[in-house]
Amino acid sequence: MGQGIAFWVLAIVAVAAALAVVGLRSVFRSALGLILCFLAIAGIFITLNADFLGAVQVLIYVGAVAVLIILAIMLTREVEHANVSNKLRLPALAVSVLFLGISAWAALSTQWPQTKDLPTEPTATILGNLLFGQNGFVLIVEIAALVILATIIGAISITREK
Amino acid sequence: MTVGLEHYLILSSILFAIGLYGALVKRSALVILMCIELMLNAVNITLIAFSRFITPIALTGQVFSIFSIVVAAAEVTIGLAIIIAIYRHYEGIDTSGINLLKW
Repeated sequence: MGQGIAFWVLAIVAVAAALAVVGLRSVFRSALGLILCFLAIAGIFITLNADFLGAVQVLIYVGAVAVLIILAIMLTREVEHANVSNKLRLPALAVSVLFLGISAWAALSTQWPQTKDLPTEPTATILGNLLFGQNGFVLIVEIAALVILATIIGAISITREK
Repeated sequence: MTVGLEHYLILSSILFAIGLYGALVKRSALVILMCIELMLNAVNITLIAFSRFITPIALTGQVFSIFSIVVAAAEVTIGLAIIIAIYRHYEGIDTSGINLLKW
């Protein structure tokens, strides 16, 4: 019961914050709405018994990505009244509503093979074993490390003054 | 009324559709990047909801969403670096003005 109330509150907050990202005129306020949306999504992860991923969401998205975006807003000086639309508003709305309809229909009409197993908590031990243990995802962890290294070098070389 | 898998899928579809609309419609490259982050978060909700309701013991979906978060962080870093480089070059980040590679 408590989980249901938490889900509805967090879902309404997340959707309202996402609408604020798209609808507000000031880019800075859109970024603040994005932070609120990230926090609500972290709460939704916790209602899904994913406690480690809720913490990761707060650390990476609210902590790092949001700060990067606000820093970029400050560096580009186009804060007020910069969140404007182009001429494709109606076709984009049609595409989005069509996607939403198809996706909702697929989600509701498919028989998902759900189990009655209770989820395990805390998840950090199991995730650590999956990521670094035998028959796990060690190769993908190494590839992720390479991706992050390439990102750091690429970001430095792109933004460097000539 | 208990909250099930379908509720989470519908919520993530709504967030993805809002992000899709913003990414298609906005003129500022920064706002487009923010909307792409919104879409990636919606996909993470889907992954974790499937992990919770279909494989609650194995947690494979949560591992996938960790990698998706890694790729999203890399993407936003490179995207903001490109936006700052474009801003230096064009004195603006309006996507309708960036047409050097258009023919």
